[in-house]
Amino acid sequence: MRCGKPIPDTMLGRSIITILAVALNALMMLQLHAERIGQSVDIHPLDQLRRFVALEDPALRFALAGGLILGLLCGLMGSFLVVRKLSLVGDTISHAVLPGVAAGFLWNMEKDPVAILIGATTAGLLGMVLVTQLTRRTRLKEDTAMGMVLAGFFGIGICMMGMIQRLPTGSKSGIDKFLFGQAASLGWGDIQLMSVVGLLVLILILTFYKELLTTSFDPQFSGSIQIPVHTIEHGFMLLLAFAIVISLEAVGVVLVSAMLIIPAATAYLLCDRMHWMLFWACLIGMIAGAGGAFFSFLGQKLPTGPFMVLSASGLFALALAFAPRQGLVSRWWARHARSSRIRRENALKSIFHVLEKEHFAREGVTLIDLAHSRSQTLHETEKTCRELTRAGLASIAHEEKAVYLTPEGMRRAQTIVRNHRLWERYLTDAANYRPDHVHDDAEEIEHVLGEATVRMLERQLNFVDRDPHGKPIPSIQDISGQPKNRNPDGMTGYHTPS
Amino acid sequence: MMNLILPWDWQRVVIEPWTSGAEIYGWILLMGFLISATCGLIGNYLILRRMALIGDAISHSVLPGMAVAFLVTSGWKNAGDQLGATANLQEGLLHGWPILLGAILAGMVTSLLIELIHHRSRIKQDAAIGITFSTLFALGVVLISLFADKVDLDADCILHGEIAFIPLEPFLSVGGWAVAPLPVIQMLGVASLTVLGIGLFYKELLISSFDPGLAKATGIRVRWIHYGLMVWLSIVVVSAFESVGAILVIAMLILPGATASLLSQSLRTMLGISVVHALLSSLGGLHLAIWLDTSIAGSMVVAGSGLFMIAWFLSPTQGLLKQRGKAGAVG
Repeated sequence: MRCGKPIPDTMLGRSIITILAVALNALMMLQLHAERIGQSVDIHPLDQLRRFVALEDPALRFALAGGLILGLLCGLMGSFLVVRKLSLVGDTISHAVLPGVAAGFLWNMEKDPVAILIGATTAGLLGMVLVTQLTRRTRLKEDTAMGMVLAGFFGIGICMMGMIQRLPTGSKSGIDKFLFGQAASLGWGDIQLMSVVGLLVLILILTFYKELLTTSFDPQFSGSIQIPVHTIEHGFMLLLAFAIVISLEAVGVVLVSAMLIIPAATAYLLCDRMHWMLFWACLIGMIAGAGGAFFSFLGQKLPTGPFMVLSASGLFALALAFAPRQGLVSRWWARHARSSRIRRENALKSIFHVLEKEHFAREGVTLIDLAHSRSQTLHETEKTCRELTRAGLASIAHEEKAVYLTPEGMRRAQTIVRNHRLWERYLTDAANYRPDHVHDDAEEIEHVLGEATVRMLERQLNFVDRDPHGKPIPSIQDISGQPKNRNPDGMTGYHTPS
Repeated sequence: MMNLILPWDWQRVVIEPWTSGAEIYGWILLMGFLISATCGLIGNYLILRRMALIGDAISHSVLPGMAVAFLVTSGWKNAGDQLGATANLQEGLLHGWPILLGAILAGMVTSLLIELIHHRSRIKQDAAIGITFSTLFALGVVLISLFADKVDLDADCILHGEIAFIPLEPFLSVGGWAVAPLPVIQMLGVASLTVLGIGLFYKELLISSFDPGLAKATGIRVRWIHYGLMVWLSIVVVSAFESVGAILVIAMLILPGATASLLSQSLRTMLGISVVHALLSSLGGLHLAIWLDTSIAGSMVVAGSGLFMIAWFLSPTQGLLKQRGKAGAVG
């Protein structure tokens, strides 16, 4: 039994998570239906659902494509942000772009994607430069500088938008959609721009994956192997600003940062390797992007951004609870399973000890004897024995108030006693412990010794058959019920049970 | 382009607000000053305790609390209408409480969720903050969009608010003599309680902000101070919400304190400077907004940022001019 690579389990866990996520989305969909049925009279939600699935509407196709590209990009960039502990930089940039959006609009008084892209990227980068300068040149800390730049730039942007709204062309420009996002307002031009920028970001990340990875986790090391750390970081910030800006129209200024952080954080809970994290973050981002486009399509003129964020948060909550290794519920369950296994093993051990004291004269142990040896009440002992019975390790004979071990129970009891005594022997022989100091240590390690370690210990201790207190150590033949191998050269012919 | 930036008209921009428009602009200025002074005072402590981004988080996440409170009270209001209870002022005060309560609850939920995610999983604090507040904010926006008829908040206005729309109608009158509009009175109450709280707990706040270990050793309950500050922050944010919105309130919280910390090293002076900053930025912002005919709260933030930049240039210890001079002297 090797404890190194439980790959099949993890895969199973992952697929279960995915299925659950899909199910949750479906559930949320149903609930939303219920609400919309009560509210809207003119558009039936089932019709909307049919239209969504059929993708008849070009606006809907654009919205869906926009959501997917956005999710992919935000997942990619966000993963690097989260592992670099820069999560709130995305928040700062996304708020700081607002004056740039307004300036890009003022350039030629219409919603020109390219002008807005240039303006917004410039504003975002300017904000980042200001944050760096403020932290470097004043006593202000980074969080203060980020909060100030974020809100100050946003204030300027709000003023400029107020001025634009006053203009005759501005009031119907749809520039106010940049606050919460409206995927339905995406046009063919927007999608083209998003795809080009998205492809560019994707190619650059794949090309410089190794450099990004090293600078993210160990900047000093990457400096020492001639990676231009500063260039990589500035390039990364530029890409981040691009990704944020092209996501703006679909998800809105306020919630872009959420789409950067939440899918990446969810992925962070699900796996340990960066490339897997990128994969999961992109997948979750895309699910959330499509989900947001879908939910906002169900109602009229509902903003897209909040729905995308809520879809992503739903997945995050699931991962927080049920992620195979990191989830709160999974960890609680693992802890619970471990402690009840230890409880069972200790009970088996006590039964074995009682049997051994009577030199295995009887097959069963009376509950009274057992309770006596464990210093428990009869009631507690009976409860433990019922637990053993449920696990198929023992059976209770009610008329004579005794408990009998099943063959499997006997095997497990012997294993645990062997682990205990072997470890005691190891501590006295190899680590020079005094024999009266070894019991407590062995009491804990007996539950976690793997079969491979036991083989190693036996070889190292030259196949001893007595513990330091003179009690016999059950051998593999006792445990597996095979006849003793009287091989003179000491080889026991063990086979490792798989 | 010409009608984007309106021509500077001395009469319209500077004189009229104080003559014919004084009735309205006076209250707006007072409201703006009260909000930015209150936020600035509490913001000083946020900056000192490196909690500027927690302020960011709470300012976003009071939204669902408010939305839920609106939903709950709209049920009561209907019941009240059927009973025929229309006492104007009392109703206003009565309906203020659930919203305050909702905001406090939302603030506490935010703090606890951030701690849960941060301590119980391997996610770092910054990501935990980002996840929590954006989720709650999105929830608030969705609630508001779905129940637009029941929630008295405008989805676009929750970001930047509009100080010009504060209702001047229900005047609080004492003995038949109108004193001030109700929102201004409420804000005045919050502001005076803030000043009172800082005055009473000045020493505790000071020690626990600079040296939590010492504070603990001298018997100050650091955690209680922390949660008290969070609750008070939620109250301040929610009372400023309708006027300045979720994001500009961050500027109101941080800008005065940041400016003050460039100009002074002593906490007392910093608190004083942030009040002066609040006064100047609301005055400047009001005139800027009238000149450019745009959002008043936004203009106040722009004016405050301008003041910060001036302070950054001229600061006696950390100013850009000073550093330039030093670099010249060394070179």
